[in-house]
Amino acid sequence: MSAFLLISVLALPALGALVVAATPGDRAARAVGTAVAALTLVPAVLLVTGDHGWFGYGPRPAVQPWHQLDLPWVPGLELRFHLGVDGISWPLVVLTALLTLLCCGYTLWRVPEGAGSGKALVALLLVVEVGILGTFLALDLVLFFLFFEVVLLPMYAIIAGWGGADRRRAARKFALYTLFGSVLLLVGVYVVVAAAGTADLVTLTGGSGLSRGTQLAAFTLLALAFAVKSPLWPLHSWLPDAHTQAPTVGSVILAGVLLKMGTYGLIRVAVGVAPEGARWAAPVLGVLAVAAIIVGSLVCLAQDELKRLIAYSSVGHMGFVLLGVATLTATGIQAALIGNVAHGVITGLLFFLAGAVKDRAHTGALAELSGLRETAPRLAGLLGFAAVASLGLPGLAGFWGEAFAVVAAVQRGGPLWTTLAVLAAVGGALTAAYFLRLLRRVTHGRPSPAVGRIGPGVAVAELTAWAPLVLLALAVGLVPTLVLGYASGPVNALLEVVR
Amino acid sequence: MSLVQSVDNVALLPAYLAAGTAVLVLLADLVVARAGVTWAVAAGGAAGTAVGAALVGAGETRRTFCVGADCSWLYDDRAALVGALFALLTLGVLAISGPLLRAGGTPVGEYCFLLACSLTGGVVLGAAGDLITLIVALETLTLPLYVLVGLRRGSVAGAQAAVTFFVVSVVATTLTLLGAALLYAVTGGLHLGRLGALFGERPELLDLPLTTAAVALVVLGLAFKVAAVPFHAWAPATYDGAPLPVAAYLSTASKLGGVVALLAVTGLALPATVTGPVLAVLAVLTMTVGNLVALRQRRTVRLLAWSSVAQAGYILAPLGALALAAGRTDEARAGAYAAAVAYTVFFVLLELAAFAAVVALRPAGADGGTLDELRGAARRHPWVGGALALALVGLAGLPPGLAGLFAKVTVVRSLLDGGAGWLALVVAVNAVVGLAYYLRFAAVLWAPGAGPAPARPARTVLAALAVTTAVAVLVGFAPQVVLDLAAR
Repeated sequence: MSAFLLISVLALPALGALVVAATPGDRAARAVGTAVAALTLVPAVLLVTGDHGWFGYGPRPAVQPWHQLDLPWVPGLELRFHLGVDGISWPLVVLTALLTLLCCGYTLWRVPEGAGSGKALVALLLVVEVGILGTFLALDLVLFFLFFEVVLLPMYAIIAGWGGADRRRAARKFALYTLFGSVLLLVGVYVVVAAAGTADLVTLTGGSGLSRGTQLAAFTLLALAFAVKSPLWPLHSWLPDAHTQAPTVGSVILAGVLLKMGTYGLIRVAVGVAPEGARWAAPVLGVLAVAAIIVGSLVCLAQDELKRLIAYSSVGHMGFVLLGVATLTATGIQAALIGNVAHGVITGLLFFLAGAVKDRAHTGALAELSGLRETAPRLAGLLGFAAVASLGLPGLAGFWGEAFAVVAAVQRGGPLWTTLAVLAAVGGALTAAYFLRLLRRVTHGRPSPAVGRIGPGVAVAELTAWAPLVLLALAVGLVPTLVLGYASGPVNALLEVVR
Repeated sequence: MSLVQSVDNVALLPAYLAAGTAVLVLLADLVVARAGVTWAVAAGGAAGTAVGAALVGAGETRRTFCVGADCSWLYDDRAALVGALFALLTLGVLAISGPLLRAGGTPVGEYCFLLACSLTGGVVLGAAGDLITLIVALETLTLPLYVLVGLRRGSVAGAQAAVTFFVVSVVATTLTLLGAALLYAVTGGLHLGRLGALFGERPELLDLPLTTAAVALVVLGLAFKVAAVPFHAWAPATYDGAPLPVAAYLSTASKLGGVVALLAVTGLALPATVTGPVLAVLAVLTMTVGNLVALRQRRTVRLLAWSSVAQAGYILAPLGALALAAGRTDEARAGAYAAAVAYTVFFVLLELAAFAAVVALRPAGADGGTLDELRGAARRHPWVGGALALALVGLAGLPPGLAGLFAKVTVVRSLLDGGAGWLALVVAVNAVVGLAYYLRFAAVLWAPGAGPAPARPARTVLAALAVTTAVAVLVGFAPQVVLDLAAR
């Protein structure tokens, strides 16, 4: 059963992509793709079943997968097809499957203008899904690297094929930046493998047997690799271009789950495999994370383009997530995990809404948008909801990650971490400031000519794509144990060996 | 010592098969005088050579032409791999030569004969046990290529390319020969194994300046053959002037020959303390310069040529680990050689696929042209365009080109096992630079824009492309097959 679930989570979208590519007829192919994405969500949710405790003999291992599958693949490169899922990865797996389904469904209603057919776009979305899910499920370092790489070119093709006016440059920048990250990951992975003689994450977690020098080198390489993907300031400059130029579905996947590969990798691989390196680098990581929060918010305050503003807000939000990881406390890492999920849900929603506004008004410039609530009250209301959720209002999903990242930094104590906590809190206030500015510019005031043309209607397909995200933002905000309940066990086990 | 030697003819069988193919092609061209028959004889001979090489290699190691313990002909597993690979590459190049030969302007008999001669050199090269056999084999491999490059009637570019190639290559061979002679003067031996043993027994020989000069000459002369920077300038001009299938042969089989020769002398004969640093510098220069210059190329074949210069750098990189003491343990050395061989196998496969696809997308008998002439080609020929993109992405080392990804992984792994982390980082950063131009090439294939009216590619070319792509996909999912073959 375990093997069946894990395999089907990866095999369904992989085979689905082939079937979609082979299906004649564009609309039929898109429908097939959506059906496959929906089917994939089933085993992804079902992965929650299984053995959540540890009933074996001997000491508790740091990673206790609910489901596992371990097959040999390339012994010469220490590569095993080792998959597993636990409380750290499961919420992200479900989020990925859900967002892909929503994106595929959205393309049923509207295919972005571009060089290719909607069929190709759906097939590429499914391939991206395989890569992201594989990254979250891999329990072998080399396999993790392999899936990490799988995402790169399909995402490049989505941006370059269906993006905005400046798509080629943005896509190339995305590909080169993230490849730079993943080649560092490759070197980091084999620094660990050459020293430890195994690539098994279950064995490696806790840094067993690695010398201090190796751990420092490995952590530096791995953290740099994940910092590019997350992205951590100052390695973030690919993100605004890519998010702005990508088609709506591309932005949703990018912001919603692709960035999470970086933060997930940081927790599971970098901190897990080289804890000594993590302790050594934590202050640097914390300072950079807070710099990202402040810089991200300040840049957002000065942005005058809707999608670009939301893109830059990701830099700030991911800063909170990284701050949580950098504290290396249970609170901090849990904050990072829930922040990850919340950001995926809320920013996914924000990009959907920004895309809807841009599609209707044919412009994203804040100067040309105003008075949206006069002409399209429902759209304006949803945008307001998403913005308020993103700025971290208590009761909505964004609150927990940001608040508890700050709390964790305070708990960590000492002059450095207290200062960082204060600065992060200031950054949180700035976040509120720029989102309120966004709402004032876009929804309030007299309708601008561009907004005046917009009708009040919202398509059923759009509401269907947005409703799950709205509900999740509420649910995670009101009942954070949806995520934290599953994550607390694995996080504590991880921190036991890291300390 | 008896002057009558028993010759192990079974060990020599692959060489007989290859040479026999050349003779048969010549006879068929004389007697039957039909292009199709000549081509079929050459293709059949190449296939037979591949089978023969594999069958003989399946047994245990065979030696012949021995003086005492030193043998000039050593047919082991690696020799079998090299022989079979050469034969298969020749077969592939013959298949993609179809349109060129049918377009006229190229004499079929001579073309096939010269390719078969070159194949003979390659088969002998893999089994060479002494420096003289090695150099003669390498020349047998290259000599026919001078003519092949300039064989098209009335092609000025071809003639220029041939002359450039000829002059540079002869100088390189002279350097290698001089190095071999100096080595003989120092040690009194020419057998690869014997040289290695001698340097091991009498380390004081290494302090002689003459030894350093001799080793440097041999390595640098061979570096010309793999087109390593700074001995690379001939490659782009030659590739671009040559007919497409010959360029394919140059960048796969001829490069393989240089790599095999380099591996043989550095692996068995020459002291790693001297060759290691030289190879490390060569590798870094080669991949960096190759990649940077490739960024600026606008002509298809020149881009592939410069990229193959860069790829030669990745091939040499694992050997660069020999520069450090940690890389000179027996285990690390074996790993480094296996990694270089494995990378070469993955590389020639992808490179042949890329050239086959370019041949398929271009009009019959045409040269590579500019990248713009391939604009939108994948929209007109989705399958061929897809195969070309897959090969390019593989050369860049990214999924879905898994074969290329595993090739890069193998190199990085062997470097880190040898403690050469800095070189691994150089390889990694170069891979990023490489992606920039491979991506540009691949993106052109889907770019909107008018191109020449679609013509149906020749059947043999499509067959070659399909088979190489299928094999590349297969070894992408089962790279252990290649790693096992390379490690023997």
